[in-house]
This record gives sequence, structure tokens and C-alpha cells, in this order.
Amino acid sequence: MEQLKTIGRELAMGSQGGFGQSKEFLDLVKSIGEARSKAEEDRIVLSEIDILKRKLLEPDIPKRKMKEYIIRLVYIEMLGHDASFGYIHAVKMTHDDNLLLKRTGYLAVTLFLNEDHDLIILIVNTIQKDLRSDNYLVVCAALNAICRLINEETIPAVLPQVVDLLNHQKEAVRKKAIMALHRFHRKSPSSVSHLISNFRKRLCDNDPGVMGATLCPLFDLISEDVASYKDLVSSFVSILKQVTERRLPKSYDYHQMPAPFIQIKLLKIMALLGSGDKSASEIMYMVLGDLFRKCDSSTNIGNAILYECIRCISCIIPSPKLLEAAADAISKFLKSDSHNLKYMGIDGLGRLIKISPDIAEQHQLAVIDCLEDPDDTLKRKTFELLYKMTKSSNVEVIVDRMIDYMISINDNHYKTEIASRCVELAEQFAPSNQWFIQIMNKVFEHAGDLVNIKVAHNLMRLIAEGFGEDDDDADSKLRLSAVESYLQIISEPKLPSLFLQVISWVLGEYGTADGKYSASYISGKLCDVADAYSSDETVKGYAVSALMKIYAFEIASGRKVDVLPECQSLIEELLASHSTDLQQRAYELQALLALDARAVESILPLDASCEDIEVDKDLSFLNGYIQQAIESGAQPYISERERSGMLETTDYHSQDHHEVPPHALRFEAYERPKPSSVPTQASTELVPVPEPSYYSEAHQPISTSSVSERESSEIKLRLDGVKQKWGRPSYQSSTSASSTPPQAENGTSSHPDVGVGSSSLKPRSSYESKKPEIDPEKQRLAASLFGGSSSSRSDRKSSSGGHKPAKGTASKPPKENPIPVQPPPDLLDFGEPTATSVTATDPFKELEGLMDSSSQDGGSTDVMGLYSDAAPVTTTTSVDSLLSELSDSSKGNPGTYQSQTSKGPNSKEALEKDALVRQMGVNPTSQNPTLFKDLLG
Amino acid sequence: MIKAVMMMNTQGKPRLAKFYDFFTVEKQQELIRGVFSVLCSRPENISNFLEIDSLFGPDSWLVYKHYATLYFVLVFDGSENELAMLDLIQVLVETLDKCFSNVCELDIVFNYSKMHTVLDEIVFGGQVLETSSTEVMKAVEDISKLEAASNAVSLVPKSVSRWRGR
Repeated sequence: MEQLKTIGRELAMGSQGGFGQSKEFLDLVKSIGEARSKAEEDRIVLSEIDILKRKLLEPDIPKRKMKEYIIRLVYIEMLGHDASFGYIHAVKMTHDDNLLLKRTGYLAVTLFLNEDHDLIILIVNTIQKDLRSDNYLVVCAALNAICRLINEETIPAVLPQVVDLLNHQKEAVRKKAIMALHRFHRKSPSSVSHLISNFRKRLCDNDPGVMGATLCPLFDLISEDVASYKDLVSSFVSILKQVTERRLPKSYDYHQMPAPFIQIKLLKIMALLGSGDKSASEIMYMVLGDLFRKCDSSTNIGNAILYECIRCISCIIPSPKLLEAAADAISKFLKSDSHNLKYMGIDGLGRLIKISPDIAEQHQLAVIDCLEDPDDTLKRKTFELLYKMTKSSNVEVIVDRMIDYMISINDNHYKTEIASRCVELAEQFAPSNQWFIQIMNKVFEHAGDLVNIKVAHNLMRLIAEGFGEDDDDADSKLRLSAVESYLQIISEPKLPSLFLQVISWVLGEYGTADGKYSASYISGKLCDVADAYSSDETVKGYAVSALMKIYAFEIASGRKVDVLPECQSLIEELLASHSTDLQQRAYELQALLALDARAVESILPLDASCEDIEVDKDLSFLNGYIQQAIESGAQPYISERERSGMLETTDYHSQDHHEVPPHALRFEAYERPKPSSVPTQASTELVPVPEPSYYSEAHQPISTSSVSERESSEIKLRLDGVKQKWGRPSYQSSTSASSTPPQAENGTSSHPDVGVGSSSLKPRSSYESKKPEIDPEKQRLAASLFGGSSSSRSDRKSSSGGHKPAKGTASKPPKENPIPVQPPPDLLDFGEPTATSVTATDPFKELEGLMDSSSQDGGSTDVMGLYSDAAPVTTTTSVDSLLSELSDSSKGNPGTYQSQTSKGPNSKEALEKDALVRQMGVNPTSQNPTLFKDLLG
Repeated sequence: MIKAVMMMNTQGKPRLAKFYDFFTVEKQQELIRGVFSVLCSRPENISNFLEIDSLFGPDSWLVYKHYATLYFVLVFDGSENELAMLDLIQVLVETLDKCFSNVCELDIVFNYSKMHTVLDEIVFGGQVLETSSTEVMKAVEDISKLEAASNAVSLVPKSVSRWRGR
């Protein structure tokens, strides 16, 4: 029957030509509709393009035929094929006097062209003419085209006509003229800034359609500049009141709601105006309250208005009564069976939670249901809500959930986002370092290629610096746990590059530190990594550096080093590598193996990755040498800036200039002979001395010393950053816990591990009505999410304490009190404001120095700067000869004298690391370096 | 602001696509395909909203509705109300229903330019212009009448088309 109907319809259209369409077009549509494959469709379209190209070249095409062709072109382009050969015909058609043809022409050009297309210039004139037409439909068509085709340069050409049209007798024209002006305002606010008052005027238009249209530009204007529209608050409120009282024509009703779209727009505007403004908000209370009462929540559009009211209330300064009404509306949404409404409820909850944080508690089970829901959109929204309500008491559950979800999805875009959120929450609220490292491992393992490289650097830094206090024992435990977890993970196939870098670095730095693992075991693992990921140079570089460190520590501790055969072959392979970086590392490693223990120890001291390197920027150790040279008649160094402002840009750091006479103009004749050398002045003469001569020596050091001054202060900055803390330590006293001590053990044993939260929970739809039957698992999850109640907190605490020692990672603070756990039934008393019990030691204090991600970034660039500054020194032969007496092994290893000249012990390696960081930062293969910028900055 | 309106059938063939920001033809196809692949992987009876940042850039939302063989899709930014957008689709469909009496996919396929006319009356330059389907119908009928009149002058009058009889 249905088929018959469609056949009949087709026949009817075939013969009558539908909206003036010919048989050919219908045939085209039909054959494309019947195409079985994309290839077949393409073939049909390509032959159609051929036909059209041929036909369009024919002379004297009848207009009706031409219109037909143009419609076919539009259709072809919608299917994704290029129809640009026919654009010019569409442009021509806009010139036609026939309304039908003109409209077709306009339709085609608005779909074909963008505002910067070359052909636009041919249309502007037509548009100008059409805007003045007597036929309002022609005017409408032109206004339609304006929105799409007019750019900043052509706005002035049509602006006067459009402004005139604001007073057109037809409301359809007024409406579109306002929209066109709005579009101009969006494109180029300055071009219409003098016309903004027109929008206010049109708000009083007696046609509700025009008034409604005016709300669109006003919304934009108000969101840009709230202050100058405060006077309209009462007007908007009274309009909304009139609308809700059904003063508008019946034709604006939609599903028995009076003009709902206008109401929504008004509510949006009110939200803007009432934000942070008590008096404006108070004007709105009445009408908002009415809306909550009147809104029909059985229709979709009624709920749309309710939702908009909630949004409005979350923006303005609400009265407690309105908040209550909003909370009621939200709970209705959440209890609904419709996923759309649940989504709205979760969204509303996320908005209101900022104002009244306890609102989420009564809906916790609904939220958890949404978390288990098969609907992805709803799930994501719920995660967003959880993200907003994360605090230190529930971070473990939430982040665990997020990671489970992250692992389950394939969408890289969202995976990146949720990974960055995990990292952010973990950094902000982490209860312990172990936990933080575990979370980071998971994030790296499953989304490693999507994570910002800074996150990896933070993690390495955390492991290296540990608690940042004197607690060395805890530090080494932390490292051991990291090493153990990495040794477990390392043999898994296909780990992300970034994660391998972290693993290699940590294994190199701490793999053998506590003697649990032998050097050959670790180095074997590292060789495996280098082998397995032989195409990834960065990973290989990290692995080789790690090997070097392992061997260095072995040599330094006086043990005999047996280089594994696979390691030897790896080194040999890399000696011939095409990558200079890998080659260099391999040579360095080879050279290091030949050194004695004393030299090695100064090259790569144990656990010194976080020591600061002090580079002697003034090169004061050269003073004696310079003195000597000057006394024996050498030219003193003249900095480049002093020599000539226009000299070619050679590196002014290169110190051998004082030996090579500058090849620009020479000014010695005017110089007073000064016995003291350049660098000695550097530290004393910071203030430029006003001297008549531009070229006097007094100016020389200023450039260098000011640079060094700046950089040394940056180093200082970095040190300060180390003292940063974790997020706010929102722990409370554990007094309440003492009330129920005897049940503690029972509670713990019978309810294992809520904290991990990975246990699957059965999805349930009814939670409120059948309270006693609620799955206890879910209750506990709810409790730990919405927590604050002592039972959930302590339950989780002790359970986490239970599983940590099993992994050998536990470093429970010694002062921890036995935390009593309340019996399960208490879990239902979520609302009860019992104090959260937390371990007596402050975990946040111990984590000092962990969170200084920003300072570390600053730090790495610092060191890079130092490195580039210092680089010429190491390569200058004169310096080399000077230093040759320092160590007889220096020739073999370029890093040795570097570490001795500078006071910081481990400079070479840290420099190398930072060079690598720099390399990777610049490296185009690094994953989206800017993606996390705002999240992790 | 509304970024795009799309109609496509359940096989992913675009039936109507209108973008309110300029995209190249290739990009348009990519977006249509991307939207379709997201839509067809969604089960029945779940929410009609989607966050679609990955295709349309940050702050992009999508509302869709599935009617018989057609998906109606609206893409918009954060300044619109999701539920209201869902109802805007309803307005569009109700209007089309009045236009074609019991609208089906074929009506949309064969009345390509009329579809655009209807849509232009509802959404104008990315903003919701008119939401009363009777008003839209009035405007569309005015246009059809005038077009018919001008048509009659310049072209050989054809038999009155079906929709005009209503």
C-alpha cells in the first residue's frame, strides 16, 4: 500500500514537475536514489556533470531550462561534487526580473559562494537594486542573500537600504532586516555600531515576530556589554509576563505554550542581565516563580522553558524560594524516563551545584544511574558533573570511574579531554603519591599518545623529588613502587611512546637505586625497550641515557660492570645511527664505560636529577686567562652591540671575539686603556653609567650582565615554585569517628574496596521508591561520591589501606589512627553532616613540591637557555686547553669538565635531558602540544 | 547560533544540507559523513543530544530527531537551548507536514528548492526567525503564489502542481 502511494506520488510529480521541476531532474534524483554503491552514485553524478557542462555551453538557453540546470547543479554540489563551472550562471540568474528565476538564482549563490568569492562583486549591485524593489518578496530574497554574501567591505554598500527596511510596512521584511543587521554586527561590529539604537526601537514593534527577532541581536549586544542595557530589565520582565499571560496572538502558541521560543530567548537575556546584580535579580523573582508554577512539564517545550528557568536562576542571584523550585524541577527531570530530560537534569544539577553544593546529595542515586546508562551523551554529561563536584574526599572514586570510561571509549577527541581531566583532578586532589603514580600510569598506558608531554615531565619530577621534605625513606619507597610498577608494565606490547620515555627515565635513574634489582636485569629490560621500539628515536634516546646512568652508578659504586651482549650490540648499532643525537649518546656511553669510578661519579652522581645547575654565566674562571692575554697585548672583548648595531647577528655569547679583531669600524683610538677584564666588571657595574661616548667600555658588560641577572633571577623563581602545595587540604577532624569504634573491623572486612569502584553495579531504574532494596554496592558508591559522611570516607580509607600493602607500595603515614567504620545501614544517612575522618598526618604537606607544574615548565626553558649559553664554552678550544689539567679524562668525555666547572653536580645529564625536552617540544611528532595548554598551564 | 541544518536518510544520503558558516564542498561532505556515522551508531530510545566538538569545533552541540527514514539534524552553539532546538525540528517537520500533507522522504527529495524556501523562513542566517508554523506557511504560500504569477507571464503555464492545490 505504502509502495503504491509512493509510486503514485512519483508519477504525479514526474508528469507535473513538482515545484516547477523537469523530468530530467527527477530522473537524476531517482537514479541516484537507486544507486547501490557510492561508486555507482559517483558515476551517475559525473556523467550528469558532463551533460550539464555541455548544455551550459549551448547558446540561447531558455530561462526555464537554465533554472532547471541550476537546481541540478545545487543538487550535485550537495552530493559532494564540484559544480563551480556553473556558478557564473547562478550569478546571472539573480539579475533576472522573473521572481521565480531570481529566487532560484539567489538560492544557488547562497549555497555556492562564500562572502569572499570573486563573483560576489557581480551580485552586490543586484542586491542593492532588489533591496529597493516594490515587491516585498524580492526584498526578502535579497535580504536572505545578504546574510551569506556580504562581507566587511561590502557592508557599507547595502547598509543604508537595510536600515530603511527596518521601517518597512511588511513585518516579514522588518524581521529579516533586523536579522541582516545582526549578521552585520557579528561580522563587523564597528560597521553598525551607530545603528544599535535601532534594535532597542524594534523591541517595541507591534508585531510579535519582529519583537522576537530583535531579541537575537539584543542577546549578543547584552552579552558583550551588560551595563548599558540594565535599564531594559523591567521591559524584558514585563514582556515575559505578557507572553506568559497569553497576550500574544494565538498563532504564536506552540503545543499550547504561548510563544515558547520568545520566552526562552527572554530568559537567556535575563540571565545575562541579572548575573551578579541583586536589584535586577529581584525584579525577576516574580515572573520566574510564575513560570515554575505555570509550566506544563508534560510537553517537551514546557520542559525547555523550565530548563531555561533553571539556567537563568543559576546565573542571577536567586532567592531561596526560587532555588527550591529549581531543585524540584531538576528532581522531576532526573526522575523522568526520558533520556533528554535526565540529561537536562544532570546539566541543571551541574549548574546549581555551584550555588548550593549539597543539592546533589538527594539525587546521588539518580546520578549514579546516569553514569551506568548506555547513553553516551548522558554519561559524558554526568562525568562533567562529577568533574565539577570533585573534592579531595571523593577524588579516588571519580578518577577511577573516569579512567574506566576512558579505557572503554574509542573517540580520540573525547579521550584526550577526559585524560586531561583525570590528570588535572589527580594533580589537584591526589591523596597520596602512590595513588598519583598509579593513576598516571593508567592514563599513560591507555591514552599516552594523547597526553601532553608536560604531564610526563611532571611525573618524572614527582618521582625524582618525592615528598620534597626530609623523608628520604618515603621517597625511596615511592621510587621503588614506581620502578616495580614499571617493570611490570614494560613487557606489555605497544606502550605509548611518552610512557616509555617516563619508564626509561625512571628505570635509569632509580632502577638499581635500592639494590633490589641488579644492573644487568634493568639494563636488559632497557635494551628490550630500545629493540622493541626501534623506530622511535626519542624512546631509544631515553633508553640509552638510562643505560648510561645505570652503568655510571655501577662504576661509581666500585662494582665491576658487565655489559650485556645485547647491550653491546645496541651500542654498536647506535654508533652508526643516522640520528646524530643517538650517535652522540652511544659515543658518550662508550666513553663513560672506559672511565674510572671517580670521574664517573662526578659526571653522573646518584639521584641528582633535581639538583640545580649553576652555570657560571660570567665565565669568571677565565678571568686569569683573559688578564694574561690582555697584558700580552690582546684586544679586549667588545660586545657585539657595542661594535655596531647593524653587524650581522652573530652570537654575542661567543667569547673568542676578544681575540679576533672585530671587522667593523674600529674604535680603539678613542678607548681608554683599561687593565681590568670584561667579566670582572660584570658583577659590579649593573647600572649604565651616563657617559658621553657610546663606545666606551663601561657599556660593554651591561648587555651580558643584565642577561645573566635576568636569568639567575629566573632560576630563583623556579626554586620558589617548588614550595607550592597541593589543592586545598579539606580534611576534617576525626572526632566523630571515635563514637563507634568497636564496629570498625567488621565494617571493613565485610565491605571490601569501594574506593576502587571497578565492581560492576547493576543498573536500576527505580531508586527512590524502593529504598530498602537498593543495591548496597551502589549506595556505597554514592556515599563515596557525594561523601562527606564519615562512614563512606573511612570505609574507603581502610579498604585502600588494605590493598596497598599487597602491592608492596604502602607508605602509610606512621601516625595514622585506626579509623572506625560505621555499620552499613548508616550509609543511607547521607544528609547527616558528620565530620569526615582523615588520617592524622597531613598528606598534602608531604606532597609539597609536587604540583609545581608551571614552575617546572619555566624551569626547563631556563635550563635550555643556560644550555645554549653555555654550549660555546665547551666547544671553544681555548677553554678546553685551560681545563685540560682539571681532569685527564676530560678529553674522552666532553661532559666531565662541564660538570666540574659548574658547581651543580649533574649538569651534563640534566642539560642533555633538557635538550631532549626541547627537541621533543619542537618535534612535530609530539602529540598536540597545545591541546592541554589551558588545562595544564 | 545555529551552525547547520541537515536532513539525511538512514543510509546516510544527504537530502538537504544548509551551513550557516561557510565550509568548502569537501568539508561539508566530511561533516555530513561524520554526523551520520555518529548518528547511526546511537541506539534507539536514548537522548537526542550530542556534543560534537570533534567535528564542528569547540562549543558545538547537535540535536537530531529520527522520523521514519529521515534524520533531521541541527548543529548549534552554546547560546541555544537544546530542548528548544529539538522543538525547532518539530516546528520544521510540522510545517513540512502542512506543506506536503503527510510529508515523506520523497517529498523532500523532489521539492528541493521548496524545502530551502521553508527552511529560510524558519532559520535566517543562523538565528531562529519564526517558530509559528502557520506564519511560515503563510509566507511560503505568498511566495508560491507570486512565483506562479510571474511564472505564468514568462513561461508556458503548466498544469497546476499538486501542492498549490492545497
